[in-house]
Amino acid sequence: MIDLIILLVLLVVGLVFGQIIESRHYRSIRKREEQFRHLLLVPSRFPPIYTTPPQTRLVIGATVISVDYFKVFVAGLRKLVGGRMRSYESLVDRARREAVLRMKAEAHSHGATMIFNIKFEATPLYKGQRGAIQSIEGLAYGTAIIPARRPV
Amino acid sequence: MLVSNLEIVPGRKIVKHLGLVQGSTVRSKHIGRDIMAGFKNVFGGELKGYTELLQESRAEAVERMVAQAQAVGANAVLNVRFSTSSITQGAAELFAYGTAVVLE
Repeated sequence: MIDLIILLVLLVVGLVFGQIIESRHYRSIRKREEQFRHLLLVPSRFPPIYTTPPQTRLVIGATVISVDYFKVFVAGLRKLVGGRMRSYESLVDRARREAVLRMKAEAHSHGATMIFNIKFEATPLYKGQRGAIQSIEGLAYGTAIIPARRPV
Repeated sequence: MLVSNLEIVPGRKIVKHLGLVQGSTVRSKHIGRDIMAGFKNVFGGELKGYTELLQESRAEAVERMVAQAQAVGANAVLNVRFSTSSITQGAAELFAYGTAVVLE
């Protein structure tokens, strides 16, 4: 009985706080995506040929996002029937978008106009009991192209 | 030392290719952070302690890679890639590798 109550409390806490944190995070992501829209992301391997050689710099963005208890529970149920695991989709999506935004912020602070050869990685950190993913690291990196300043 | 994940450097020529260089590190945070992370697993959200940990470790892996490149006489590391793997709870291996080259 006690176990059931604890489980229910954890589920409710996870659902309420998880939803609040997630929607707040998405709001912040959308706002910053708008702000950094001018910075072009190009996943192609080679930058265009410039007449004046620009400066380049490796930029990295990373974040670790944790699941909440409710998501783990729902994912466990979903595994019984199979199909889209929406609760984890939003988790990975948030981790990646946040990583991209941090990479963009770093590039922006160096005065870059474009980022080339972008690579993504998402690594689950520590699988808990029953192999459930507890947190996921989103990583994005690329080469920022900083245009050479014209002599005044 | 120029570190880039492009295969070329705009406007510069590669005169010598020195092969693969790599750097890795395994790190963990103190137990307090692990406990905090355990709580966070109920609520969700970013684990700032782990983000920090991985950032520091990645910087160290890059440093080691750069040290190796310097040892073989390179002045740039190109085509850099990263990889992360979790070893146990609260510990992660960060790995960075690239091609050491000499630019003119």
